[in-house]
Amino acid sequence: MSDGIGARVKRKEDKRFLLGKGKYTDDIRVENQSYGAFVRSPHAHARIKGIDASAALAMDGVIAVHTGPELKADGIGDIITGWAITSKDGEAMKIGAWSPLATEKVRYVGDSVAIVVAETQALARLAAEAVEVDYEELAPAVATGEAMNPGQPLVHDEIANNMCFDWEVGDEAKTDAGLAGAAHVTEIDLINNRLSPNAIEPRSAIAVYDDAEDHYTLYSTSQNPHVARLVLSAFYNVAPEHKLRVIAPDVGGGFGSKIYIYPEEITCLWASMKTGRSIRWTAERSESFMTDAHARDHVTTAKMGFDADGNIVGFKVDTIANIGAYASLFATATPTYLYGTLLSGQYAMPAIYCNVKAVYTNTVPVDAYRGAGRPEATYVVERIMEKAAREMNMDVAELRRKNFIREFPYQTEVLLAYDAGDFDAVLNMAQEAADVAGFPARQAEAASRGKMRGIGYSCFIEACGLAPSAAAGSLGSGVGLWESAEVRVNPVGTIEILTGAHSHGQGHETTFAQLAADRFGLPIDNVAIVHGDTDKVQFGMGTYGSRSGPVGMSAVMKALDKVEAKVKKIVAHSLEAAEDDIVIEGGEAKIAGTDKKMAWHEIGLAAYMAHNLPEGMEPGLKETSFFDPVNFSFPSGCFICEVEVDPETGVTQIVQFVAADDFGTIINPMIVEGQVHGGVTQGIGQALMEGVVYDDDGQLLTGSYMDYTMPRADDVPSYTIGHGCTPSPNNPLGLKGCGEAGAIGSPVAVINAIVDAIGTDVEMPATPSRVWAAIQSSAMPQAAE
Amino acid sequence: MDMQGEHRIAAPREAVWEALNDDDVLRACIPGCESLERTSDNELHAVVVQKIGPVKARFEGEVELANINAPESYTIQGEGKGGVAGFAKGGADVTLTEEDGETILSYTVHAMVGGKIAQLGSRLIDSTAKKLAGKFFDNFQAHLNPEPVEETA
Repeated sequence: MSDGIGARVKRKEDKRFLLGKGKYTDDIRVENQSYGAFVRSPHAHARIKGIDASAALAMDGVIAVHTGPELKADGIGDIITGWAITSKDGEAMKIGAWSPLATEKVRYVGDSVAIVVAETQALARLAAEAVEVDYEELAPAVATGEAMNPGQPLVHDEIANNMCFDWEVGDEAKTDAGLAGAAHVTEIDLINNRLSPNAIEPRSAIAVYDDAEDHYTLYSTSQNPHVARLVLSAFYNVAPEHKLRVIAPDVGGGFGSKIYIYPEEITCLWASMKTGRSIRWTAERSESFMTDAHARDHVTTAKMGFDADGNIVGFKVDTIANIGAYASLFATATPTYLYGTLLSGQYAMPAIYCNVKAVYTNTVPVDAYRGAGRPEATYVVERIMEKAAREMNMDVAELRRKNFIREFPYQTEVLLAYDAGDFDAVLNMAQEAADVAGFPARQAEAASRGKMRGIGYSCFIEACGLAPSAAAGSLGSGVGLWESAEVRVNPVGTIEILTGAHSHGQGHETTFAQLAADRFGLPIDNVAIVHGDTDKVQFGMGTYGSRSGPVGMSAVMKALDKVEAKVKKIVAHSLEAAEDDIVIEGGEAKIAGTDKKMAWHEIGLAAYMAHNLPEGMEPGLKETSFFDPVNFSFPSGCFICEVEVDPETGVTQIVQFVAADDFGTIINPMIVEGQVHGGVTQGIGQALMEGVVYDDDGQLLTGSYMDYTMPRADDVPSYTIGHGCTPSPNNPLGLKGCGEAGAIGSPVAVINAIVDAIGTDVEMPATPSRVWAAIQSSAMPQAAE
Repeated sequence: MDMQGEHRIAAPREAVWEALNDDDVLRACIPGCESLERTSDNELHAVVVQKIGPVKARFEGEVELANINAPESYTIQGEGKGGVAGFAKGGADVTLTEEDGETILSYTVHAMVGGKIAQLGSRLIDSTAKKLAGKFFDNFQAHLNPEPVEETA
């Protein structure tokens, strides 16, 4: 079947996107509309002594100005973090209160203090400017590595040393013993640079309060509308779930940053009730830079020990993770269970220990962003592997090969049990595609042109498709991590698949339709995907962590199983045959070996007419399923990057990039390749260009594209992509997930290639000035000419 | 932002000192000054419009003169709020030295900016500040010596 699993089907949704007909939150018009604008702190840390809104309220067309104390008085709850972490001493993590509108203190530049509601957007913004806030400025804590130091200002007065938690995983004594007995120990200091997510569509919200029904509707740029409704209802007390509808229509990119329920959505909903007006708010790009959750921001030291043959004997990692001013929804899970648990990489390590100290600073909250913890883990493992290989005079690929895990399932020393993989096959595939054998000749040729050419590897593994709900719960998760699906076959035979996963660029409208097309031999145009609306879909956990395939599609498969079983019963009954003899293919159901059959629309009609159903069968053809995975899935891969560095300017050019992945089964190779292209490009952005900078006063200096550089088409090469395939045994399709791999594996491949080229370490982002400085500082003094 | 500079003004020190304490002179010489009113002996209320990179804002704030040691030196410090554009605050130590009937004015500035100006204009602040200082002293010089003077380039 041409539209089935494995087919390179073009994306159904692209027609409307490419014609500019996508319907994003800001495109939606509602009755009784007004505009919201937020009064934001220009200070990183200050006490609010008073707010004078009189000048704003006096402006013609200003409807209301509402502040934090009013919001608190109405019982709107503080913003929560969704994963409870226990420190190594048994203490619960320390959470600083985060009111949607600040009450006593502001804690980062951009912290929201008040909402202004006005008749036009321009007026709302102008009036926000007229709100006078009397601040008593306080010294801020800004630098990740210093926030815990004695004498640093406290972001939350009650949280000593700005420490949220001091967490550990693995066995410290065993690891220390391994390192003590090692023939060689490699040490490394690393900074994982802070990133801004930069979805093309900024965050946006429209809050509609219906006073007749006491009902709220929120249109919002959310990756997970049901979770938004749950949290808005259960924790923020906006409205009970049955009085709150959350719609996430077309969403223009998320990368994690649209998982969270931010102050603006909560405040707009509350203010729509206060004012009796529908309120719309769309972030300006400056607000996105200031208030969208940032990412990464780790300071790490690591040690890896080897025996005389190059086998790993111990790995010890100490990380300080900056979580910003407040603990955002997944901010505590990201640097712990999505980071420390991935430190075994693709390697058999007999002892691992990781300690993570999470610190508050006067910066915007830091949370999950494409890869979430796993890029940070990969960066540590793969930097130190290459450094160790050089120190031990071993080939970087051979050191990896020597330590590869080859038996599955494999229980690591840091909680996870890998499902399946063939790391040798993927490494071999990548080496062949990258023509590693020809590298020395290419390097020599580059040298003849005055260029320094280097090659760098990244052999990574990630954990996707979070995970058994019970296991996640036992580790501190505040939600279950299953997914739901409903498959409706209509009387005319068309199919609707309702999923709790959410598509914001991933192509679900195509790939989810391929599942039904594959199962019944129907064209995908007969299949529609319904998602992103809590009134349409019963429940779901949304899309993040590459879960839509392994978890969301698995739920769809289970529902399809039920539909198929019922179809067979109906057809067998109608055609007077045995169920076991019915085969479904090419859009019809036949009795095997005969020409007796029913067309697909006849089956739908039979189910709904219910004139002749098997005895006791309920009419209709609609099935629901929930899928709770038994384990994570573990996509892996090998990326090989080749760069040329110009020693005169420090400019790095990526001349070749090979991405060989093992995603298990692939539904649509074209879409998977698109995901890899996007992810690798984001990772190259982190490696070479992107970096959020706050000055010592906590002022954000990278507040626009003048200062925050994103990768563009001419910064990246044409990628070479290969796929290995060891299907995951833990879900019906053998899927592993592909959304994050590119961003997880690529930064370290780029940096390793630069280090190989210039012969010295360099930090991300490896901008021309940094690379140039690294070359200069490591160069031997030149003899006078 | 830290900045230091020195300007030679073709006027005696007393005249320079007086001009530096004359509201009308300051109002005329400060680039973008919309209003400047004295609220007490050593305090002024100022409204200044400035453009730093892509951010144009009207800063309103208080200016205070301190450490007054007439006619040799004072410290001028202040803080201006520019609405969503953010804020600017800082101070300058100003010293006047007489030399051959002329005056050497030297200054040391320390300033900080916050909010949108920092986010959008941080790279441009030093150059903008130098440009503004240059403009101020051009205006100031012209005010003290209305007749054309030779360019010294």
